[in-house]
Amino acid sequence: MRIVPFIASAVVTTGLVWALNKGWGTIPPMGRFLSPQHGFWQNAEAADYDYSADLKFPDLKGKANVYFDERLVPHIFADNDEDLYFLQGYIHAKFRLFQMDLQTKAAEGRASEIAGPKAINYDKEQRRLGMRFAAENALKEIEKDPVSLALFTAYTKGVNAYIHSLKESEEPLEYKLLNFKPEEWSNLRTALLLKMMAKMLSSGTENDLEDTNAKTIFSQQDFNTIYPQVPDSLLPIVPKGTIFDSAGIIPVKPATADSLYFGKEDIVTATEISRPDKNNGSNNWVVAGSKTQSGAPILCNDPHLELSLPSIWFEMQLSTPTSSSYGVSLPGSPFIIIGFNDHIAWGVTNAQRDVKDYFEIKFKDVSKKEYWYNGKWEPVQQTRIEEIKVKGGATVYDTVAYTGFGPVMFDQSFGDSLSNKKSLAIRWTAHEPSNEGITFYKLNRAKNYDEYVDAIKSFDCPGQNFVFASKTGDIALWQQGKFPARWNGQGLYVMPGEDASYNWQGFIPQNENPHAKNPERGFLESANQRPADSAYPYFIPGTYITPRAIAIEHFLSGMTGITPADMMKLQNNYFNTLAEEALPVLLKYVNENELTPEAGRYLEIIKAWNLEADPASKGQTAYQNWWNSLEEAIWKDDMSRTHPASPMPEDQTTAELLIKDTSSLKFADNINTPQVETLSDDITIALNKAAILLAQKEKEGKLEWSKFKNPTIYHLLKDALPAFARKGLNVGGSGTIINAVTHSHGPSWRMIVQLSATTEAYGVYPAGQSGNPGSKYYDNFVDTWVKGEYFKLWMMKASEAADTKVKWTMKFGKG
Amino acid sequence: MKFLVALLLTALLAFVAGLWLGWWSIAIAAFLIAVLIHQKAGKAFLSGFTGGFLLWGLLALLRDIPNESLLSKKIAAILPLGGNAMLLILVTAFVGALVAGFGAMSGSYLRSSK
Repeated sequence: MRIVPFIASAVVTTGLVWALNKGWGTIPPMGRFLSPQHGFWQNAEAADYDYSADLKFPDLKGKANVYFDERLVPHIFADNDEDLYFLQGYIHAKFRLFQMDLQTKAAEGRASEIAGPKAINYDKEQRRLGMRFAAENALKEIEKDPVSLALFTAYTKGVNAYIHSLKESEEPLEYKLLNFKPEEWSNLRTALLLKMMAKMLSSGTENDLEDTNAKTIFSQQDFNTIYPQVPDSLLPIVPKGTIFDSAGIIPVKPATADSLYFGKEDIVTATEISRPDKNNGSNNWVVAGSKTQSGAPILCNDPHLELSLPSIWFEMQLSTPTSSSYGVSLPGSPFIIIGFNDHIAWGVTNAQRDVKDYFEIKFKDVSKKEYWYNGKWEPVQQTRIEEIKVKGGATVYDTVAYTGFGPVMFDQSFGDSLSNKKSLAIRWTAHEPSNEGITFYKLNRAKNYDEYVDAIKSFDCPGQNFVFASKTGDIALWQQGKFPARWNGQGLYVMPGEDASYNWQGFIPQNENPHAKNPERGFLESANQRPADSAYPYFIPGTYITPRAIAIEHFLSGMTGITPADMMKLQNNYFNTLAEEALPVLLKYVNENELTPEAGRYLEIIKAWNLEADPASKGQTAYQNWWNSLEEAIWKDDMSRTHPASPMPEDQTTAELLIKDTSSLKFADNINTPQVETLSDDITIALNKAAILLAQKEKEGKLEWSKFKNPTIYHLLKDALPAFARKGLNVGGSGTIINAVTHSHGPSWRMIVQLSATTEAYGVYPAGQSGNPGSKYYDNFVDTWVKGEYFKLWMMKASEAADTKVKWTMKFGKG
Repeated sequence: MKFLVALLLTALLAFVAGLWLGWWSIAIAAFLIAVLIHQKAGKAFLSGFTGGFLLWGLLALLRDIPNESLLSKKIAAILPLGGNAMLLILVTAFVGALVAGFGAMSGSYLRSSK
């Protein structure tokens, strides 16, 4: 042996192996990553891959088959419910494991374990929001009900059966890229996933912190003008003119409200880091047989969420000898969430109701063990020491005190980079004990209106508008959730937390939630607008979106002999109803003599525009930039009077103010200039300003609306993996248009179900069934979605196993 | 002849080892073959290198062709290799080659008499 060269060579070899076996910052362990037998090459799925398999699991009770059609949609046929959800868990994990793992870790405030130090504040916020606390409370409810427990447990076992069968080489690509391992599933993680949805849809539906600041600069009258409770042009979910019963609970305003609450002028400097997207919303509508060509009702739904690859949705059919349902599910949870069975169809939109309030807490000292409540020092209910593990960094600890209201979200150690460092506790309905999953279990099996109402009535958070149609011809729409009964003005701003009088006094009785059934006009719709007009006997603040409902009603009320094809057109409609309202005012008041030549040219484009926000529209781009610039000209100076800034009014509000109050709109004046601007000045200045940006975009060839907004579906890891995204999609629309596509947000699932004797259903979502970027089923639905086209949905019968549409079969048995 | 046999055996043993062991087993395979079939250090390195190159290159190619380069193009955009799938296969092959080459060289020195 030649000692010295041997040692040198051996050291080089081991050094090389060591270096290639280790992650370096964001660089994965390259040896393993590149190894064709271990790394990413294993995820390069053959285009003609055979998904068929014969599998045995001891936890199964009977036999089951999963038939995959040519779009990789699984049709699960099991003997009983437990096997059904075991298989749903198995299939979810097989195609979406990384997504399930990532989303629930992020929900729990464990993103730093994957993303490193940059996610620490995100994690702290999730924990201070009480996400795990909420999931634990939900889990306790699940465990109280033997039926629920059995279903959720079967699902968990199915996920784990897949995880346990996984070889290292078969792990999803992202684990190899990010260098971590899949984690065991649990019922708690399912609860966490549902709480992630609760946050997405009910944590950003209030502006309490910002409005507290706005209150310090606007008079009560101005505040009500800028942030109205009931927009003039509202077309509510429950048709106007409906008579409501008087309120079953009448909350009492505290005697001190005028001085300690409304009159208090105190800035709040805390801000949330990860506020849910303002555009999280949706459309759904249902038309009765009286308005359709077939005489059967048609139900439509398109939930607007962040668009991602893989999608938040996974399409599937779940069948047992006693029930069959088809639609989209949420990987990480059992059941079909939006879909249909052989008797009914249902869908959801977000209620947008404010169900989260802030209470200012006075702690005795920095230990945060006692707080002043009802005239004495009250011990906190619990203190959680949050341990945040950080990839590539030291573990971080955070102490969260839980008051009688709920967890203290902000205090001197979190969330407030500015000055006043108030301690703010939150009360949020997502923390209340409830079991939302069981609603979907029941809906999947409901046969008629009564069973639908029974299914949804225990659904507490996030508040949803459940649209319904049945083969017996009924149509209905309920806004369902657990909503606090508020006295007028309660919870708009941060409230005093020093006694019980400001706390919620009760909840609106479930049967008083806004609802409508079989209206004379033959249709019902919800699109995130206020559910009822001012006749509804409760104070119901929220972040409502008005324009889409106006557009939907406008089109539906004029239609007869409706077919599913008509509904497809409507879901893809680009008509800009806000522009229809606002543009005449803009054109009337713009001072053409003051416009730059460029601005004048864009004005001509806008004048010739047909109000359609289609992908090729230049008018939409020019108008939208003009409008945004105008809103800034009117409001920015006023809103910047507070730090952090006060919230901008809704587009709809600005449009309504322009229409009714053009001569005296005092906010038109820019308070930062010596002269007094009129609305006409603002409109003219806004177009001149917008023209500069527009000219630049035009030079880059981006004046067409779709090129301007560059619709993009990102991978779940966003900018970290641009190669896994789909960019530059040729779609128009905007958040206030029926086809609500923004840059990376929009209709995440489009579904149309005609409840004729044989159900006729269509659907599409902008991604694909497989979460694997190395599979052709990763994004194969995107182009269909972009074109506004649909797939026919196949509710397979057990007898159709030999149908040519079945491409692969997975056989499951006990063993 | 010896060179070719060592090269092919390295690839074969590394392949079999890779079915059961981690990616690093290619170094061990090359090392063992070099001990078994003694060649001078330079030659041993080259046969290990070529064996590793062929094995990883070929295996990558065999994953890439049925996949229609769907994934390799994406990974080659991330790494970054300008989205060039063939370049990614070559990089893969080179990494396998390097590890196998040094493993083989170590094996050769272990057996060296002088």
